[in-house]
Amino acid sequence: MTSAGVAETSSIDIAVDQDVVRVRQAMRTFAVNAALSLVDQTKVVTAASELARNTLIYGGGGSAVLELINNGTRRGVRVTFSDSGPGMSDPDLALTDGYTTGGGLGLGLSGARRLVDEFQLDSAPGSGTRVTITKWGR
Amino acid sequence: MARVPILKLGDLLLVSIHIDLEDQTAIALQDDLAERIVATSARGVLIDISALEIVDSFIGRMLSTIASVARVLDADTVVVGMRPAVAITLVELGLSLGGVRTALDVERGIRMLSVDLTASSNNRHEIVLDEDVLPAAGDS
Repeated sequence: MTSAGVAETSSIDIAVDQDVVRVRQAMRTFAVNAALSLVDQTKVVTAASELARNTLIYGGGGSAVLELINNGTRRGVRVTFSDSGPGMSDPDLALTDGYTTGGGLGLGLSGARRLVDEFQLDSAPGSGTRVTITKWGR
Repeated sequence: MARVPILKLGDLLLVSIHIDLEDQTAIALQDDLAERIVATSARGVLIDISALEIVDSFIGRMLSTIASVARVLDADTVVVGMRPAVAITLVELGLSLGGVRTALDVERGIRMLSVDLTASSNNRHEIVLDEDVLPAAGDS
């Protein structure tokens, strides 16, 4: 990604319920600006919604950094969710459909990964969680 | 926190979601609907999500829960108006909306529920609704 240019960034704190909605709305604006198709906009906004909720519920709050990016031929959106919560002892297990330590369906993380082009999860016990997703225009 | 209004139309409760749902608003809607089903003896619940730009796993679970709770309270639920992009995303997300009946629009949803739209809650049948009134009621 060294050649990728970043055209615009925005940072949103995730501390309360309402912030999940703010992330969704900002994500929509970025996806429109990246000229994603309506289906791809919907996918990346949905993925962002899942991850923002995870940041709030499991991470105890954190932030989302949105970027409008360009790799020379295509535009895209990238968003990084970070928290300094308890972290995950087994990130691979957390990516399994149906696995949850909360009361949810266990689809947030695994489902979000299916909805985007690139997905990176870094987490360890005691060092928080960082998830980056990227969706490129077609 | 905003609340989603619930309209009563004969035996039917009509919910049209027009706001970007916060999780707490979705939970409140679940609770409000259960209360209203019992209070009005409704036989059907119609949820219009045509204004929703996304349905994530939380909102999907809310729809499933509403349908299950309504079922236990002797009412059927139909979700109508899902956007095509939302449907594609839901399936890819891995959500099947098990137990939730769906219809393309309000009209088909009402037909699916076979409720009496002219029934008043005390069975006096004083309120007679012309068929032409229905779309307007859905818009309100």
